Amino acid sequence: MKKHTIVALVQDRPGVLTRVAGLIRRRGYNIESLAVGHSEQPEISRLTLVIESDHVEQVVKQLYRLIEVIKVSDVTDDPIVEREMVVLKLHAPSSVRHEIVSMSGVFEAKIVDVGASTMIVEMTGTPSKVENFIEVVRGYGIKEMMRTGRIAMVRGARGHNASEYVENANGSGVVPTLN
Amino acid sequence: MSEQMTGAQIMCEALIREGVEVMFGIPGGAIMPFYFAMWEYRDRLRHVLCRHEQGAGHAAEGYARSTGRIGVCIGTSGPGVTNLVTPIADAMMDSTPLLAICGQVGSHVLGKDAFQETDITGITMPITKHNYLVKDANELPYVFKEAIHIATTGRPGPVLIDITKDAMQKSIVPNWDIKLNLPGYKPTYQPNRKQIREALKLLLQAKKPLIIAGNGVIMSGAADELRHFAEKLRIPVITTLHGIGSFPEEHPLSIGMPGMHGWVHVNRAIQTCDVLFNIGGRFDDRVTGKASTFAPNAKVIHVDIDPSEIGKNVKVTVPIVGDARATLLALLEEMPAREELADLHSAASDWMEHIREMQDKHQGKQQYVNRADTLHMTLPPHDVYEKINQTLALRGNYRVVSDVGQHQMWAAQLLDWNAGPRTHITSGGAATMGFSVPASLGVAIAHPDETIWVICGDGGFQMTNQEMATIHQEGIKNIKVAIINNGYLGMVRQWQELFENKRYSGTPLSGPDFAKLAEAYHWKGLTVEHSDQVQAAIDEAYATDGPVLIDFRVEREVNVFPMVPQNSSIGDMITVDP
Repeated sequence: MKKHTIVALVQDRPGVLTRVAGLIRRRGYNIESLAVGHSEQPEISRLTLVIESDHVEQVVKQLYRLIEVIKVSDVTDDPIVEREMVVLKLHAPSSVRHEIVSMSGVFEAKIVDVGASTMIVEMTGTPSKVENFIEVVRGYGIKEMMRTGRIAMVRGARGHNASEYVENANGSGVVPTLN
Repeated sequence: MSEQMTGAQIMCEALIREGVEVMFGIPGGAIMPFYFAMWEYRDRLRHVLCRHEQGAGHAAEGYARSTGRIGVCIGTSGPGVTNLVTPIADAMMDSTPLLAICGQVGSHVLGKDAFQETDITGITMPITKHNYLVKDANELPYVFKEAIHIATTGRPGPVLIDITKDAMQKSIVPNWDIKLNLPGYKPTYQPNRKQIREALKLLLQAKKPLIIAGNGVIMSGAADELRHFAEKLRIPVITTLHGIGSFPEEHPLSIGMPGMHGWVHVNRAIQTCDVLFNIGGRFDDRVTGKASTFAPNAKVIHVDIDPSEIGKNVKVTVPIVGDARATLLALLEEMPAREELADLHSAASDWMEHIREMQDKHQGKQQYVNRADTLHMTLPPHDVYEKINQTLALRGNYRVVSDVGQHQMWAAQLLDWNAGPRTHITSGGAATMGFSVPASLGVAIAHPDETIWVICGDGGFQMTNQEMATIHQEGIKNIKVAIINNGYLGMVRQWQELFENKRYSGTPLSGPDFAKLAEAYHWKGLTVEHSDQVQAAIDEAYATDGPVLIDFRVEREVNVFPMVPQNSSIGDMITVDP
């Protein structure tokens, strides 16, 4: 099955993440990664999903059925910038610290914490570069690892501009935050 | 309006502003403030006290399906709302506009496993079009407006609002100046004109075209437009279970129902057609059989307001996203001149002749009447349908609510459906046994001047018959129930007979004396055991000024034919030759 990167803009209301994740599970697709955060508009959140499926068109259509989902696209074959971050706590006795520091330099990773026998390294890059880095440092002993999941953005003028979807007037009535 | 109102008063006011007149429900601890407030509004907002929340939900569905307006049901927190889950799921499957109003525990104890607390928004997330948890009275005017807008527009569906008790009790000054903020919800009503022309091009070249009409035609009010369209092109029309009523069966272009218990000539026509125009149907597996073998020679044009239905089950050549009525109007506008239709008309006429030949060969409805194996029976089920059918045609002014099972398929097959849209009400997608009696309550309240016939099995009847008490208490007189009582869960028994070597595991079913049960509920109860008594009982039901139940004790082991075994091609039907 092919892996697809999907970008979605959603209304920032409580439960929206549960709705998206629940729908994908119910329809029998597997989420490999899911990253959520603010977009450039305060009331709109942005998701990047990586899904394994041969019927990604159905996934996109089903996501559109959710009331709070504003725009969904499969950007897998588009020109995109993809990034992922990993934070690793490595087993790092003084004997190997130099090696880890120089290896981190090659991958443009940052040392963000040094303890008595551990180091925390932070690294950002394309998913494959992150994968490479993890393999390279695995030999030192990974005590903890946290990956953020992939985030994606289409290059150039095309893309997912959240401000296009903000209604300019909301009446004088209360538009509740719905929390 | 600038005076203070409680949240519960705002709920009543919001419902009245949206045109709601009737609600079906049961009170309980968490929803009490709403019941306290609705007493003041009782002249404008009728509350019907049901005996079980499932009954309230189906009653609201019956109201909605027979009117096209939103049906409203109410339950309290915990078991009250979990009892609403089945009708909500039913409404989701059959695209019924339903509003479920639920009381929730106070916001200060929310999430603490308080008395009668259930996470109903979590439970119903997959079976609602949308749902809300409201903890602040200020949100109520907006949420009620948005909820009813979502439930009734686009592809309709159930919406649930869960409101904490303190939000209902709090007094605030409501603001009714509301503009909906739904950037992600803009249903497409108008079809793309290029696609309309593509569809017409395909239809004009067709030699063996077919129309399938589904629920969407009824929901969008497109029955007249469908008739004009079919007549202009002279294309045969198939009506699905939920499409029944969208096109009169007496019309020369009507050929009947497709699918698992559809007619042989209809399924054969689908398997040989070259262009299939599906408007407002969703290619359910009970229609398609094994989808990969469905309509193998056809180019498919699929019209649906929900884009996710298009291409989901069947490969589509011309997809059209739009409202059924708007699409048919656009097709009629783009219709070429009469001369250009000549080729299609001549091909369609040969094609229709071929379908009618198949129909004569396989007999359709007639095969039941002529079946040799029923001659020894004292009360074959088809005799009941024959008499009900004749009576309905004679007396008119009726709607039929069927339950789920063999009797439901016989009703769809054997009655002549000519009374128009929203006169056949049944649970299709979810196939919820126990739907019919409570649903008829909603239908009867919406249509007090019509006779509402319930056709029900003895299994389904026993699931929700407590609503007979509600029907009596509300003084409803226009419901007549026909139980097709065969002492089995008959459809399962039929499968066991045909595919499991008659291992009748869990299907033989006893019941009470249904006529006596009806009498206990202050109804009239009648029992019929012989074909000769059928008409007299039906006439007595009409002559009685009140609800009537007739227990038709039919032959026990009769099967619904024709039949497509599950996951087979609809070309392979089990039939019974006359």
